[in-house]
Amino acid sequence: MKIIRTEKLTFRYDAEDKGEPILKSLDLEIEEGTFVAVLGHNGSGKSTLAKHMNGILLPSGGKVWIDGMDTAEEDRLLDIRRTVGMVFQNPDNQIVANVVEDDVAFGPENMGVPSPEIRIRVDEALKDVGMYEYRTHAPHLLSGGQKQRVAIAGIVAMRPRCIVLDEPTAMLDPSGRRDVLETVHRLNREHGITVLLITHHMDECIGADRLIVMSDGQIIADGTPREVFPRVEMLRGSGLDVPATVGLMFELRKAGFDLPLDALSVEECAEALYRVFA
Amino acid sequence: MLKDITLGQFFPGTTVVHRLDPRTKLILTVLYIVLLFIAVSWASYGVVFLFLVCSICLSRIRLKAILSGLKPLVILILITGLLNLFYTRGEHLLFRVWKISVYWEGVRTAVLMALRIMLLITGTLLLTYTTSPIQLTDGLEKLLNPLKKLRVPVHELSMMMSIALRFIPTLIEETDKIMNAQKARGAEFDTGNIFQKAKAMLPLLVPLFISAFRRADELATAMESRCYHGGEGRTKLKVLRMERRDWIALTVGVLLLVLVILLRRLGL
Repeated sequence: MKIIRTEKLTFRYDAEDKGEPILKSLDLEIEEGTFVAVLGHNGSGKSTLAKHMNGILLPSGGKVWIDGMDTAEEDRLLDIRRTVGMVFQNPDNQIVANVVEDDVAFGPENMGVPSPEIRIRVDEALKDVGMYEYRTHAPHLLSGGQKQRVAIAGIVAMRPRCIVLDEPTAMLDPSGRRDVLETVHRLNREHGITVLLITHHMDECIGADRLIVMSDGQIIADGTPREVFPRVEMLRGSGLDVPATVGLMFELRKAGFDLPLDALSVEECAEALYRVFA
Repeated sequence: MLKDITLGQFFPGTTVVHRLDPRTKLILTVLYIVLLFIAVSWASYGVVFLFLVCSICLSRIRLKAILSGLKPLVILILITGLLNLFYTRGEHLLFRVWKISVYWEGVRTAVLMALRIMLLITGTLLLTYTTSPIQLTDGLEKLLNPLKKLRVPVHELSMMMSIALRFIPTLIEETDKIMNAQKARGAEFDTGNIFQKAKAMLPLLVPLFISAFRRADELATAMESRCYHGGEGRTKLKVLRMERRDWIALTVGVLLLVLVILLRRLGL
């Protein structure tokens, strides 16, 4: 089942603008339940793409369907936003309330969920992201990673089938990053929520089922991380780097050692090195 | 300096005062303010004061918190007191220095006015100290609900208020950051006379405003993504319900009002 489908999606900010569009005729299909990472450097159009997934931006050309609903149809907008939740970069600018649980309740409240049901959803969502103990805290006293997890809980409480995260870790410290990523992976694994993770950190893509690389408004690579990352020269050519593990393998191969390029995790990498050098 | 702002500060707790319905507390606060303006005698001030002290004790708010809330207004209180002291004329002249004469009535009015302001502020502080901003705006929205029929955007107003309150700490933090960044490049905020200080604040306000607008834009997008579409069809996590304690508190408030009006009638 395809939860997201785009057809010839083209976007330019200004309708009059005859210049280069930001998104150039993208065709994309995303299978429900998968964990998809979208990688690209600044200005590659990846955030613009994300904003098309729940009708914040509407295509200048082409179509976007969310679970069969066309995002351009205004009266389906609430259903679309209920299906695809979105988490943004800056946690401070997406938290609405002064108390954690009130903020998590914001989405369900807007959807008109009955009060007792909201209580259940809020508690479950906070437990899902591991922030239940903080439910009565003030958000501004939490760390960046905790705030971002609260923001994710706010989306989870809406029970969406897909969550789009637009560089959710860009403003976080390493431990906050790790917590957020673990949370997102767990949501995907345990609740079957489709995840679309927009990022420019290579390392965050390693655990994904599918990796889409964007450059200049186009998709330049699409496959499993194991298929995409070994294409080191192509990635570097479009201004991206590869994970440190792949980089190391690449340099060693150039120096004439017989090493696999698809050793993505540190463990795999260490094992491969051990086999060659021991 | 910026951390001293206690506006909208809330001390969480589980006391009776904390658990009162925000609508009750709002009505009581209005009643309390009316009381203060009806009260003219020492006896009626005593009644109001007693009510306040009882509420503070019940709420377990520490005296220190209340004093720190009063601190920024000391100058206002002093000026009001002094003006009343010098400008009230009466029969019992206390002393006269040059052209300024101080009457016994002036002293009385000055003290009462200063007391009135202090009681007024302490009472409203108690409201914000024991009621979370969300509860407060929820209560206000519910209280003003009848105005919706007159096309007053009650929900929007209360949403704006709660968001404003939510962003106060965020913007204070941001101000601190900008100040430090400018200090690091040689800006001075603490020296010079008041005009120089005000002028030094200007380069602070520009980036602050820009960032506030950017935040507002992002927040609006985030809210829309979470299905926000105004107050229509919205439900609440915490439904306000009037309990027995609310009715008791309101009865006490009305009784006090009657008492103070009686005292005024009796000329005590």
